[in-house]
Amino acid sequence: MEELLSTFVRAVFVDNMLFAYYLGMCSFLAVSKNVKTALGLGVAVTFILVCTLPINYMLENYVLKEGALGWLGTAFAEINLSFLSLLIFIAVIASFTQLVEMVIERFAPALYASLGIFLPLIAVNCAILGGSLFMQQRAFENVGVVTVYGLGSGIGWLLAIVGMAAVREKLAYSNIPKPLRGLGISFIITGLMGIGFMCFSGLKI
Amino acid sequence: MGLSTKNKEILLGPLSKNNPVIIQMLGICSALAVTSKLEPSIVMAVSVTAVVAFANVIISLLRNTIPARIRIIVQLVVVAALVTIVSEVLKAFAFDVNKQLSVFVGLIITNCILMGRLEAFALGNGPWESFLDGLGNGLGYGIILVIIGFFRELLGSGTLLGFQVIPDVFYQWGYVNNGLMILPPMALIVVAVIIWVHRSRNKDLQEN
Repeated sequence: MEELLSTFVRAVFVDNMLFAYYLGMCSFLAVSKNVKTALGLGVAVTFILVCTLPINYMLENYVLKEGALGWLGTAFAEINLSFLSLLIFIAVIASFTQLVEMVIERFAPALYASLGIFLPLIAVNCAILGGSLFMQQRAFENVGVVTVYGLGSGIGWLLAIVGMAAVREKLAYSNIPKPLRGLGISFIITGLMGIGFMCFSGLKI
Repeated sequence: MGLSTKNKEILLGPLSKNNPVIIQMLGICSALAVTSKLEPSIVMAVSVTAVVAFANVIISLLRNTIPARIRIIVQLVVVAALVTIVSEVLKAFAFDVNKQLSVFVGLIITNCILMGRLEAFALGNGPWESFLDGLGNGLGYGIILVIIGFFRELLGSGTLLGFQVIPDVFYQWGYVNNGLMILPPMALIVVAVIIWVHRSRNKDLQEN
């Protein structure tokens, strides 16, 4: 239990996808113009992360890793398929996004209408593939921890994009030098928020 | 060079007026994460250029046979295959840099420049134009990466490509490296400064 909690807090604050690794930056800057859509995208990203990370973890440990195919018999014990991991991970993510899109379209048309355009874009959100690649690098113990890690990363991303959207809504009323308006000032604000989040890196859990 | 005016525009436009990073807002994630030193920035720029150019050509050749509904998956598979090749090549010939880039080599797959160019250009144009477009956008991305990497390494560690460029005398006089430049948030500020300079020179690009 303790381990799950610490993984979660680490994923949300210390290893925040956006402010510590700059993943998912493109949609972060493009969709953070108002809080409502930002929240919708954040929830969708969290959902996909929670679903795809455990699947990719199973694939990594029972198919791709060196010796992972051992459960098929001794003849398979020496096969190392790790060079295929990029292809497999992105295929899982892309097909899962497509699946989720179809399910939502069929059973929750209202939600689909409000999320519509962002859903297919999630497949190419770096935060999702980044989650899988970090999972591969850190070698988590079991599926539970991985799921919690996915949830934490997703919520960290959600916090970041909602915070950013709130700041940008207020920015509309401020007097910014002309060449910095729009993209420029968003970068500076993200940088300042990143410096703020860096103080969490001293957190010992 | 036997390039027509249109092709020249396709190749050179992305370098400034239509730059993928600072105008189209694509491929920002990796531009920020790998640029604390100049060397990984250059390697990243070259890798991305190669992947964009070839992915553009392949998708452009396939563009009439891909069903519209599953095109994103097809594009991702083509890109993932190319990135796997790049990653294996890097592991074989530049292992140290590959270590520094860590997950960001894999993340070229989700680099928005790729999807953006494939969707916006390769699906509607012939292979040769697509190749030029990929090359141009890769170079435009590379230029920004190299600029950021240059300033962050120069101001942050006083070196370029690992060689010390700020003379020892400066340090004896009390010059100190700005450690803040190494930290990730400073990459954002550097990009913002680049945007500031670029837009004050090109007034037509300013937003309201």
